[in-house]
Amino acid sequence: MRYIDHAAVVKRMNSRMIVNKLFKTIFFLATLFALLALGILFYRIISQGVGYLSLDFLLNFGSRFPEKAGIKAALVGSLWMMAVVAPVSLILGVGSAIYLEEYAKKSKLNDFIRMNIANLAGVPSVVFGLLGLTIFVRALALGNSILAAGFTMSLLILPVIIVASQESIRAVPNELREASYGMGATKWQTIAKVVLPSAIPGILTGGILALSRAIGETAPLVVIGIPVIIQFLPNNLLSQFTAMPMQIFDWAKRPQEEFQYVASAGIIVLMIFLLLMNSIAVIIRNKFQKRY
Amino acid sequence: MALNEQTAKMSVQEMIAKQKGKKGKFWVEKSIPIILFLIASISVLTTFGIVFTLIFETFEFFKRVPFLDYLLGTEWLPFSNNEPLYGILPLIAGTLKVTLIAVVVAVPFGLASAVYLSEFANDKTRRVIKPVLEVLAGIPTIVYGFFALTFVTPLLQQFIPGLKIFNALSPGIVVGIMILPMIASLSEDAMTSVPKSIREGALALGATKLEVAMKVVLPAALSGIMASIVLAISRAIGETMIVSLAGGSTPRFDGDLTGSIQTMTAYIVQVSTGDAGYGTTIYYSIYAVGFTLFLFTLLMNWLAHAISKRFREEY
Repeated sequence: MRYIDHAAVVKRMNSRMIVNKLFKTIFFLATLFALLALGILFYRIISQGVGYLSLDFLLNFGSRFPEKAGIKAALVGSLWMMAVVAPVSLILGVGSAIYLEEYAKKSKLNDFIRMNIANLAGVPSVVFGLLGLTIFVRALALGNSILAAGFTMSLLILPVIIVASQESIRAVPNELREASYGMGATKWQTIAKVVLPSAIPGILTGGILALSRAIGETAPLVVIGIPVIIQFLPNNLLSQFTAMPMQIFDWAKRPQEEFQYVASAGIIVLMIFLLLMNSIAVIIRNKFQKRY
Repeated sequence: MALNEQTAKMSVQEMIAKQKGKKGKFWVEKSIPIILFLIASISVLTTFGIVFTLIFETFEFFKRVPFLDYLLGTEWLPFSNNEPLYGILPLIAGTLKVTLIAVVVAVPFGLASAVYLSEFANDKTRRVIKPVLEVLAGIPTIVYGFFALTFVTPLLQQFIPGLKIFNALSPGIVVGIMILPMIASLSEDAMTSVPKSIREGALALGATKLEVAMKVVLPAALSGIMASIVLAISRAIGETMIVSLAGGSTPRFDGDLTGSIQTMTAYIVQVSTGDAGYGTTIYYSIYAVGFTLFLFTLLMNWLAHAISKRFREEY
């Protein structure tokens, strides 16, 4: 007696294999869509902007005339803003992560802090702009200065840095901590001399990626009223300034076609910046990350 | 020399006792947790700051504009000189149009990429595609906005003759491209965490890879996939620069996708770049709109959290 009709199975198997193959191809093509989008985007921006990219473009201030427009004020302004965002967000982010991973006991309050960080990560950046406008620009009377923008951006990327730091602190094996306690070290000594040094590559990688988000973020800057036409370089933290995304936003909005090319050139400069920061992050990750 | 002899004579217990007596260290050990706790509470303060600024300024707004007019009004004309109207529905309609198009683009492509990466691709392909998705996720939204305005819109105009320069379609598609990596990578994580043994069980019964993916892995990873989609929707609702550049500034309460629209976020940007003075109704209106936006995204984030908690399959 035959339980299995071999011919029928083979016949059905063939069609199933064809469907399998077909969908594999469809899925692959769908995956290529992302690749294609990225390719077109890069091609468009480079082909449009590269003609306007020159030393003059880097050294000129903004201008009404596209051929004279430059990104100097915005480039320097972005760097000044990063000089505020980097230390503020890293100190706050790493401090919070150490507290949550090493000190926080299981309590309602600490659970609330954790949940709150997750929620904060989902708040749109434009809402952070409203916070910055009310608290830093108006209530603390910082005006639309580097400091106000820097603080706003720091709070915006804080959840990302906290989560990245928590993960790298958690990845430090407990044996290292126990060995340190065994040698008579106190809790803080263990954290400062054992846990942090081995977690620092991960923290830096996450931190740099978060900073590269802050450098490209536009909406909060628009809301706190960062001006675009700036014909001077900032000289202290309370100076007015402009930033690269703001400048690109302004150029992109202008009706003259030439400004599209100027905007593309600005985007190239911004993307080179991001690329550099990301490469540094990757190098740190590959070079210093220890595996236990 | 004398010191050395003294140390040599001291026993270990004495050394520990001596160390313990040091006041400085004691204070460090006591104060560090407090300092770190204060730092950690800054994130909580930020949330309170957001909620309270939004509530206070929105309250100020509702002193001038009746709440029901805001909630149910179908016309948003804040810049009108004789009779400004503040009905939020046109802005919500704009946001929903863009979000809907984005979801239609991102969900099929995102899920297909996730299935391909987790079930079909070999290591080599994965090593090429995953960084591409990461790069795509790291591109600033202003760049996407520029891309929508200067490339996608003219391209679409060739196929759709009636398409205006500012419309819902082009920013919707580009927002979709922006949230695609999020859906792809979060869904892929959810699928990869389905244990191998379940897959092998199905394969051993004679299932093809597609059948395993569709009938075994996808159902098992459904909560993670749903959560990733909801999170991506939340991101699309809050997206600002793409819609500001390519969506236009005409708030309209209808279903038209080819004409100029305005989203909640784009309105906030429009007022911020204009010269509405501090203390005017228009100034307060951005907080009311911001608060509405905040509630929308908060709801989505909670939904995502609830989905992944409620329907999680434990192995």
